[in-house]
Amino acid sequence: MTEPILSVEDLSVRIAGLHILQGVSFTVAPTGVTVLLGRNGVGKTTTLRAVVGLTPRNGEVRGAIRMGAQSLLARPTHRLVRGGLGYVPEDRCVFAGLTVAENLRLAERRDTSPAYDKVYALFPELDRRGRQRAGSLSGGQQQMLAIGRVLLNDNRLLLVDEPTKGLAPKVVTEVAEVLERVADSVPVLLVEQNLAVVRRLARDAVVLAVGKVAWTGGARDLLLETALTRSLLGVGSAEVHH
Amino acid sequence: METVVLLTLTGLGLAALYFLVASGLSLVFGLADVLNFAHGLFLGVGAYATWWAAGNLPGAGPDGFGFVVAVAVGVAAGTLVAVLVELVLIRPLYSRTIEQVLVTVGLSLAGVALLQATWGADARPFPRPDWTREVTGVLGAQVPNGGLLLIIAAVLVLGAILAFLRWTRYGLVIRAGVENREMVTALGIDVRKAFTLVFAIGGAAAALAGALGGVYFGTVSPGQGGSLLIFAFIVVVIGGMGSVVGSAYAAVAVGLLQQFVNYYGTSGLGDICVVGLLAAVLLLRPQGIAGKVATA
Ligand SMILES: Nc1ncnc2c1ncn2[C@@H]1O[C@H](COP(=O)(O)OP(=O)(O)OP(=O)(O)O)[C@@H](O)[C@H]1O
Ligand SMILES: [Mg+2]
Repeated sequence: MTEPILSVEDLSVRIAGLHILQGVSFTVAPTGVTVLLGRNGVGKTTTLRAVVGLTPRNGEVRGAIRMGAQSLLARPTHRLVRGGLGYVPEDRCVFAGLTVAENLRLAERRDTSPAYDKVYALFPELDRRGRQRAGSLSGGQQQMLAIGRVLLNDNRLLLVDEPTKGLAPKVVTEVAEVLERVADSVPVLLVEQNLAVVRRLARDAVVLAVGKVAWTGGARDLLLETALTRSLLGVGSAEVHH
Repeated sequence: METVVLLTLTGLGLAALYFLVASGLSLVFGLADVLNFAHGLFLGVGAYATWWAAGNLPGAGPDGFGFVVAVAVGVAAGTLVAVLVELVLIRPLYSRTIEQVLVTVGLSLAGVALLQATWGADARPFPRPDWTREVTGVLGAQVPNGGLLLIIAAVLVLGAILAFLRWTRYGLVIRAGVENREMVTALGIDVRKAFTLVFAIGGAAAALAGALGGVYFGTVSPGQGGSLLIFAFIVVVIGGMGSVVGSAYAAVAVGLLQQFVNYYGTSGLGDICVVGLLAAVLLLRPQGIAGKVATA
């Protein structure tokens, strides 16, 4: 078994007095997609944000988070990101008032040359729409931009939070295709509710329930066990085989 | 007609003063969520440093190039104080609003007290080139040159800040940070450097307001910054936090309103109307004229 790229040990997060994560432990394989699942409000976003150091000031994080041999806790977000942790947040968070080109330029770094070729090859739309305000892009285009700006730099691990949320079925497929290609070269920790996308992309799965890890294993094994899927995720088998 | 022209131009002079103070205040609040009550201190430092330099610094003086040097010294002093305030007092207190308010209010009181202790509480005559005391005929109105100087300076500062925001890397970081600071850090950018920078820009603009306000009013006194700051805050709220252009529009609206109502109504009524305008904007458009966008 190869060393995991990310290991989360006994992670506990309290925000404003709420004990949201209560000792979460899991690892992320150094290749492929690991999916983080769980019902709404179970703490998936909270987990990703804790990894990238974005727990709000009124929150408290305990436990250990390591990328390779390096401890991530208590390091400022911009350092973590520069160290190769790419973060695509839930709801995209593109800068609505800036143009597409400006959104991308913001992600450029002084010490490395940005991989515009790679990004524009994946998302030709971003090249064409450089001068458009990001706020006026469609949801799918905004998601492309949110992923594209992270791919301008080399990453050791990508954290991607619900990239298909609120998108039309055709666009969901496009986003899934892109993530599949991206995952060829960099490991991804993905939060995703769409089980068809999960089946397509994920090799490993981690399921959260009430602030703890309820299940870990192969994503395929999880999806095959419809009763398990239903009890952990609250979805029916019809949706699984959709 | 002459009266209207005169009131318009003196109103714009006042607006220029408000804008110079409000632009920095607005950027600092928009980017860093800091309500900086010590911003008036930067103005005071700029005014007194200019005043001191004109009288004491070799090469500086009340006239010609010497006056330019004196103003430059004032602006440099205001910038330096602003940067020090950010690094030493504000930085440890980010996202602790109450503490920030207490510290900046305390600092502005202490600053005024320090200026008073050093140079006395009374207004002092401000060194200024002779031509600023004269008037220029504009459409028949006799407009004080000091006011015109303020207007020109404010327009130049507005242009410079907009160009900086639009075309530089740090400008881009500031615009993005005003929109979503957290996401800027999530792209690997140390947004705190931009905080220091907006304090520096704000400090410089406020110090310039101090120096040129001294020229306009002909005197300098320790409390000047504080009273201007109240109207500058109103301008920031009306214009929209974080919007430089919004601040410019709001400054013009407030300056003209004050000047005209104070002249045609009773003196002091203009200030009340400004508060009325503030209330109206807060009710109808709480995000201000331009909302939370750093450019437009
Ligand atoms: N800043 C905060 N303050 C208070 N409570 C919070 C905060 N952030 C998250 N929570 C709470 O923590 C819980 C977990 O939230 P989180 O966003 O991590 O869930 P999630 O699994 O990502 O949900 P979803 O599938 O809906 O995105 C929720 O009950 C949420 O209300
Ligand atoms: Mg979430």
